[in-house]
Amino acid sequence: MPLNRDFVGRRFVADTPFLVGREHIRQFAIAIHEDSPLCHDLEAAKAAGYVDLVAPPTFLTAVAIWRPVVPVLDPDLGLDFSLVVHSEQRYSLRRPVVAGDEIVVSATITDIRNAGRNELLISEYEFVTTGGELVATGRTSLASRGTAA
Amino acid sequence: MPAIVDYDDVEVGTRIPEREFRIRREDLVHYCGVSGDFNVIHWNERVAQSVGLPDVIAHGMYTMATAARLVTDWAGDPGSVVDYGVRFSSPVPVPDDDEGATLVVSGVVEKKLDDNRVVVNLTVRSGGSKVLLASRATVQLA
Repeated sequence: MPLNRDFVGRRFVADTPFLVGREHIRQFAIAIHEDSPLCHDLEAAKAAGYVDLVAPPTFLTAVAIWRPVVPVLDPDLGLDFSLVVHSEQRYSLRRPVVAGDEIVVSATITDIRNAGRNELLISEYEFVTTGGELVATGRTSLASRGTAA
Repeated sequence: MPAIVDYDDVEVGTRIPEREFRIRREDLVHYCGVSGDFNVIHWNERVAQSVGLPDVIAHGMYTMATAARLVTDWAGDPGSVVDYGVRFSSPVPVPDDDEGATLVVSGVVEKKLDDNRVVVNLTVRSGGSKVLLASRATVQLA
C-alpha cells in the first residue's frame, strides 16, 4: 500500500531531550569495534581537548532511533517496517557529539516519492542542545520496498 | 584535535590503504541493542527471507559506521568527521556462521578544502558488490 503523501511537510519534535551518556558512547563504540581511546578513556579525551568522551560520527543514529520523532509506526503513514531498508544517510556535524550533551531531536518529512517499484521517505533532522546549540543536521532516506502505486 | 595526518602531507589522490572488516551475526545483535534498531531483518532470517531478502542483512548504519573507521583511524580521531554521506546500494547479507560477511573498505582523497579539511571518497564492497555508493566523508585534519 502506498505511503500517505499528506505527511510531507510535517515537522516533529521530541518532547524529551536525549542525554548522551558515557557508557552509551562506550557501548556504541564497542559494537562497531571502534577502539579509539577518545571513545573509551575520559583522560585521553580530555587530553585531546574534548570535554568528555567523543561519540563516533554515526552515533546520532542511536539518538534518532531512541528518540523517534518521524512516526514510522503510525498506521496513517502506512509504512510496513519489515519492507523498509535504509536508502541514504548523511550527517553534517558542527562539532563532535560528546558525553553530557542533551540533545533535542527534530525532523521534517521533506519528501515521499516513488523510485521504481519502491517508495522513498525522506526526512531532514536537526540535533540541537537544550542550550540552543545546533550540533548537527541529518538527512535520512528510507526505502519502502515494492509499495509504489 | 589530535589528528595524526597532517593536512600539508595530503594531496588529492592520496590513498588510504584497503582494510577488511568482519561483520558477524553477533555484531548485528550488539548493534541492535546500542542503536535501538531492532528491525527483525537484522537478526531473524525466517522473517528476512519471508520479505524477499537472501538472509539476515546488516544494518545500513552498521556498514556506514564500519566504513567510517577507515577514515577516523587514519585521522586518529573519531571526532574528525564533519560531514559523512552514503547511499546504500546493495544489502550486506550476514550468514549464520563463524565467518559472517566481510567489508572491504578503501579511500582516496578527492578534494582539499579550506581550514585543513579534506574530502575522502570511500569504496566499500562486500561479496564482490559495491554496498555503499557516493560514500564521502569530510575530515578535519591537523
